Amino acid sequence: MNAPHPLNAPATPLAQAALVRPRYDVELVAVSKSYAGTAAVEAISLRIPKASYCCLLGPSGCGKSTTLRMIAGHEQVSSGDILIGDRNVTDAPPTARGTSMMFQSYALFPHMAAVDNVAYSLKVKGVPKAKRRARAREFLDLVRMGSFAERLPAQMSGGQQQRVALARALITRPQVLLLDEPLSALDPFLRGHMRGELKRLQRELGISFVHVTHSQDEAMALADLVVVMEAGHIQQAASAREIFEKPKTAFVARFIGGHNVISTARGQVAVRADRCRLGSAGSQTSLSGRATNVEYLGPMVRISVAAENGLDAAALIPDELFFAAPVDIGQAVTLIWSERDAHPLSD
Amino acid sequence: MLTEVSQPRPKSFYFLGFFFLLFLAFLYGPMVVIFILSFQGPDGGMSFPMVGHSTLWFQQLLSGTGRIGDIPSAFVRSLEMALLSAALTAAICVSAGMAFRRRFPGSGLLFYTAVSSLVMPSLFVGFGIALGFKELGWKTGLFTSGLGAQLTWTLPFGLMITFATIGRFDRRYEEAATDLGASGWQRFRDVILPIILPGVIGVALFGFTLSYDEFARSSLTVGTANTLPLEIWAMTTAATSPVLFALGTVTTVVSFCVLTAALVTIAVIVRRRAGGRRPATS
Repeated sequence: MNAPHPLNAPATPLAQAALVRPRYDVELVAVSKSYAGTAAVEAISLRIPKASYCCLLGPSGCGKSTTLRMIAGHEQVSSGDILIGDRNVTDAPPTARGTSMMFQSYALFPHMAAVDNVAYSLKVKGVPKAKRRARAREFLDLVRMGSFAERLPAQMSGGQQQRVALARALITRPQVLLLDEPLSALDPFLRGHMRGELKRLQRELGISFVHVTHSQDEAMALADLVVVMEAGHIQQAASAREIFEKPKTAFVARFIGGHNVISTARGQVAVRADRCRLGSAGSQTSLSGRATNVEYLGPMVRISVAAENGLDAAALIPDELFFAAPVDIGQAVTLIWSERDAHPLSD
Repeated sequence: MLTEVSQPRPKSFYFLGFFFLLFLAFLYGPMVVIFILSFQGPDGGMSFPMVGHSTLWFQQLLSGTGRIGDIPSAFVRSLEMALLSAALTAAICVSAGMAFRRRFPGSGLLFYTAVSSLVMPSLFVGFGIALGFKELGWKTGLFTSGLGAQLTWTLPFGLMITFATIGRFDRRYEEAATDLGASGWQRFRDVILPIILPGVIGVALFGFTLSYDEFARSSLTVGTANTLPLEIWAMTTAATSPVLFALGTVTTVVSFCVLTAALVTIAVIVRRRAGGRRPATS
């Protein structure tokens, strides 16, 4: 199950002392997970550099939550190795990994006040009550929930519960904080606000956050490293900018949004919708069809196009440019783009 | 919205409503009659009409006079027995419920073996236990064969309620506790038990009332010391005064008190957990 891997540094005291700093906060080496013969995650390998914000992004059922739970130790790997800070923790229990998890819908203990929820990890270690509560208050202050210490979870809003859950996870001093869909239970306004808060905490604490999400906006806004997953595989792991500018596969281009995936003579290419213009088929690469929808988005106008070859595409055009030559729904249009904006995709 | 109210009710409503009233009459009618007759006047008999009214029969009951046998001792025995049954039922069922959270080889068979006790003829279960004790040369007794016989009745019920309670328990609470470093016992004591506590009180309540009322399985297994239902049964064949009704009223009141206490406790826990007010805005 745990075949020694060349990347796995020997855990002798001498070797450990020689390691000044671990190279990666999290390293997955050919990690697989299958349930009764069905693979949920297949041989994924991933390195999360020190102190980075990593988002596991993908549609539901792509294996991102399973991956997170395997890093946390709440799920056993079927094969492969998990390293945290260069230490092989594949078979270590959740508490011995240096990770801490913030659960979806937070899982705050409903019968304990906020301060006791946060202090719980100290309680099980046998820290005296006054001391652990004082420490818990410090962490509640860190997430700006100091004045809610005595509230029960039911007396707090979703956003407040989330902050308490964060404090509860952080008080264990994790090297890696694992967040399972942390923003999905919040309303859109709060979501944007908490997004900034998570990033602030991650930078302040200088630890790694691994954040599971199905929202590309969230991943793009937060992550230093975006990991796009599909059907138990990693499709692409790169910076948000690289993912958006150079999507590797048609799946990534479609999932990340804002791209047209177009079949050409030399294979599939991705063209960003905001690099497309309306024009007439000339020397430039083009796609003709009919406008099926025109959406005014403020700074931009989005024109959906049903192409003659059956493809759906869209152009995102600055408002000035659009209103200089407006089109209506149903009108014949031609999308044009320059050759250097066509990014080739691998299969 | 209003048209909904003004529309005539279908015929089935009246039919089912009548059926429900019938059910209520059968359920509470006899208790009401017994309650009224327990205040029968000193010269009145065991049936209507009421000849004045008095609390004479309650006085007789409490003082132990008036040909009523050993009711106070039987009451104490029943109470002890019911409390013990409640405690054991809750403890055993919660342990079993925790074990059954994970399927294990034979778990289905084990479950059905345990709950099939519900469909066994009670009198014969009691008879069999008494016979078994006799064969082994042991004496039947209240807290040996009697307790065992009652547990064969309370445990399957308790088990099913416990499964429902634990089935609703969100495993993420437990994973969160594990993540925070809690050991198995700490998880159970600090997180699981407090969260499922209302359900556990419900299980104990079932254990109590089923035991307090139990007749068929107890009748042959309690040895020489009768529980309250057995004592009352003996009285119905012998006693001929309204003191029997006074007894019926008192035991019903005791049952209701226990039930109310349990429900109030559950309500308090649930309300406290809900925070007693609406969630604050951030």
